[in-house]
Amino acid sequence: MSKQISKAVRRVDAVDKASGRARYIADHDFGELLYARILRSERPRAVITGISKPEFPEGYYYIDARDIPEGGKNRIRIIKEDWPVFAEGEVRYIGETIALVVGPDREKVLELLSQITVTYEDREPATTIEEGLACKGGPIVGEDNLFGAYTLIKGDPDAAFKRAARVVEGTYRTGFQEHLYMETQGMVGTWEDGKLTLYASAQCPFYIRKSVAGVLGVEEAEIRVRQVTTGGAFGGKEHFPDVIATPLAVAVNKIHKPVQLIFDRDEDIPFTCKRHPSRITIRTALDARGNILGMDIDTVINAGGYESSSLIVLQRAILHGLGVYNIPSARVRGRAVATNTFPSDAFRGFGAPQGLYAIEVHMSQVARALGEQPAAFKRRYFIRKGDMTVTNATMKDNVILEEMFKAVDEMSGYTEKARAYENDPLRGIGIAFVNHGCGFTGNGEQEIIKSVVRMKRTGPHQAALYVSNVEMGQGLQTVLRKIAAKELGLDYTDIAYDNPDTDIVPDSGPTVASRSTMVVGYLIQECAKKLKDRWDEGIGVEAEQHYRHPEGLTWDQETFQGDAYPSYGWGINVIEVALDLVTYEVRTTGIWSAFDVGVPIDETIMAGQVSGGIIQAVGYAALEKCEVRDGMFYQRTMADYTIPTAVDFPEVKNVFLENPYPYGPSGARGAGELVFDAAAPAYVDAIQSLTGRNVYDLPVTPETIMGVLKR
Amino acid sequence: MKEITFTLNDETVRVTEDPLKRLLDVLREDLGMTGVKEGCGEGECGACSILLDGKLVNACMVPLGVVEGREVVTPEGLRETEKGKTLIEAFADTGAVQCGFCTPGMVMAAEALLEENADPSEEEIRQALSGNLCRCTGYDLIIKGVRAAAERGKELW
Ligand code: FES
Ligand code: FES
Repeated sequence: MSKQISKAVRRVDAVDKASGRARYIADHDFGELLYARILRSERPRAVITGISKPEFPEGYYYIDARDIPEGGKNRIRIIKEDWPVFAEGEVRYIGETIALVVGPDREKVLELLSQITVTYEDREPATTIEEGLACKGGPIVGEDNLFGAYTLIKGDPDAAFKRAARVVEGTYRTGFQEHLYMETQGMVGTWEDGKLTLYASAQCPFYIRKSVAGVLGVEEAEIRVRQVTTGGAFGGKEHFPDVIATPLAVAVNKIHKPVQLIFDRDEDIPFTCKRHPSRITIRTALDARGNILGMDIDTVINAGGYESSSLIVLQRAILHGLGVYNIPSARVRGRAVATNTFPSDAFRGFGAPQGLYAIEVHMSQVARALGEQPAAFKRRYFIRKGDMTVTNATMKDNVILEEMFKAVDEMSGYTEKARAYENDPLRGIGIAFVNHGCGFTGNGEQEIIKSVVRMKRTGPHQAALYVSNVEMGQGLQTVLRKIAAKELGLDYTDIAYDNPDTDIVPDSGPTVASRSTMVVGYLIQECAKKLKDRWDEGIGVEAEQHYRHPEGLTWDQETFQGDAYPSYGWGINVIEVALDLVTYEVRTTGIWSAFDVGVPIDETIMAGQVSGGIIQAVGYAALEKCEVRDGMFYQRTMADYTIPTAVDFPEVKNVFLENPYPYGPSGARGAGELVFDAAAPAYVDAIQSLTGRNVYDLPVTPETIMGVLKR
Repeated sequence: MKEITFTLNDETVRVTEDPLKRLLDVLREDLGMTGVKEGCGEGECGACSILLDGKLVNACMVPLGVVEGREVVTPEGLRETEKGKTLIEAFADTGAVQCGFCTPGMVMAAEALLEENADPSEEEIRQALSGNLCRCTGYDLIIKGVRAAAERGKELW
């Protein structure tokens, strides 16, 4: 790595965490605490006909919608205000919050909870995408059960299909994925100096503040949210904390004492949001020589009982629908369907992994149908700078996928192995190419987020930075310090950056969408330049920087036309597998990757993102099964829901190719989600290479492989 | 309720508690050892790893009564030793720490391994850490951290 900024430094939080000194939400001492437990719906779809409660002893509370103060509202402000804090009359999924039971003794709280009986009048639930689309049991929302639908059109897809000599079609399904952050969801609400204060393991302190203020009917500034050291999130602590903060705030607002709400693992797996299941059908029109004329893509995601951020997830899924390819004509349709499962929400990638999985596996299948090697076929369609995207804007990035392919091919021996394994029934190798739009879609950064960052000189050689973005494991507290230090000519350890507190920091937006390094980091870089100019004014001098959209980008939020993202990160994964004929177990024998993240800010932190993202994604592809039976997640413990261990996959061998982005700090682009996107399709492509058969659905368990081989 | 006496990080402690109470809760709540984390409470994740008479165990699966007269080491104790410091520094330098929730447990598992095998191969490290889950790192940099500690701590283990 040539750039100074890429040289690894020791993370600022490493020693505290490794030694056990770092304090997570369950490790703080709040003095006398009350404990809260959620009374949850046991039915996927029903009308509540009665709730019978035991006598509550002094000091124990049953908190529900009636405790919301006047002027407040029993709805959580996420995107839309559809999700109730406490179920009112009807329940739409198993696990929906009905009430909180709060009190000083945990055992007693559990005992009271077990003595409450809710009676229901059941309705017929719809739990799968198909049942949702068919409005089984009658629509849950609107007339058609859709939270929303979009269509993108590029070129003339109808003409392409009319001219087609051949059409290749496939339907690809992906399942729920549980985040399984090692620290479960947790929050403590307190009443401090007349102000409701929430201490949260969370990604977005200002999201929590907004939703709590709406529920209590107060100004946002009357609520204080303080992020505490967070033990992993991956999107699972983006909106879901709003779902626990709001009932907790209602309780604290009533009781005026500290209340703790921390999930046990056997609550966290069955009763939190997961990655959206998807069903994507792709049809490709080919001419007589096997050239792609056009594509038709139909994307449906299972949103669950309430909308949450599902429409934004859906947008990202279809905006990534064509992957890294310049397809002359395309129609990409997307629908988010309501069902009676736990509402799906953000998970690293936010819809892109589903869209990219489908297009990558499909492109490999088209290649195989034409008797071509997948990589050779796919490379012919790589999008280049100046080509049209699916939203009819030109690609602005300088795309270096060809150089990246050369690098990863050299490391992995892909081309040769792909040829050699064609006739080897025990080995396979797969490849996937992806890009990931950085930051909010379209003009969201400009119109919705409007980030502000602040910096201050705090000593002779010290400065502090104030942002609302959080450290959740990804290394942000080190990365943003490095960016600031570089401009100020200081050491990164001379920059202070505390866990954000909404009473202190400006709103620089949520810690999501691969935006924190690229978007917020750039603001920090520019802010540091301003502070440097004013440095001699003395200790205490401050500087502020507001977001400005890069020049030359257009976006129409009504029609979804224009530059969907200011820039993309780019990636390639190669995965090699071998089959044990006795057990039918597939071992992964090699994982290689090449990424263009602009310029990596710290090569070790980025290497950690690469390994972590890829292993989380091969888990999604090969291990992590999450089924719904009778409206309930069937896998409810860590023993049932298995994620990769240290022995399941080999070391990831990675190379970064530098390709600076002018509006990123030191040329950096977003990377946190990109590293997740390619491994699942690469793994499935490897299974296709191994078996010589098409594979469509995730996860690909040993039973799936056995089934494929028997076909 | 029963009085239980055991050695915790080289000091004798007495607690009067239900002997069936999870050692994890006694350590965290009665004794303030919050370096021991609860990730699952069912023996699956290793976040609550401690050493019991030098052996790696999950504190969530051990009832308090079991430790009567025995020796318990938590991250709070290990970090004061040369071996502990070497491991922590090596983890920090190799980028083995992300969200950090699994890390104290990983450090305990690494210590247990190096006591048995001072010069482990990559494969041996992977095996030794296989009871400790990490959702952030994909394990590669943790393996490097353990290797680095073994190299730096040749005199120690
Ligand atoms: S908390 Fe003990 S093994 Fe997970
Ligand atoms: S560092 Fe987050 S779980 Fe291991």
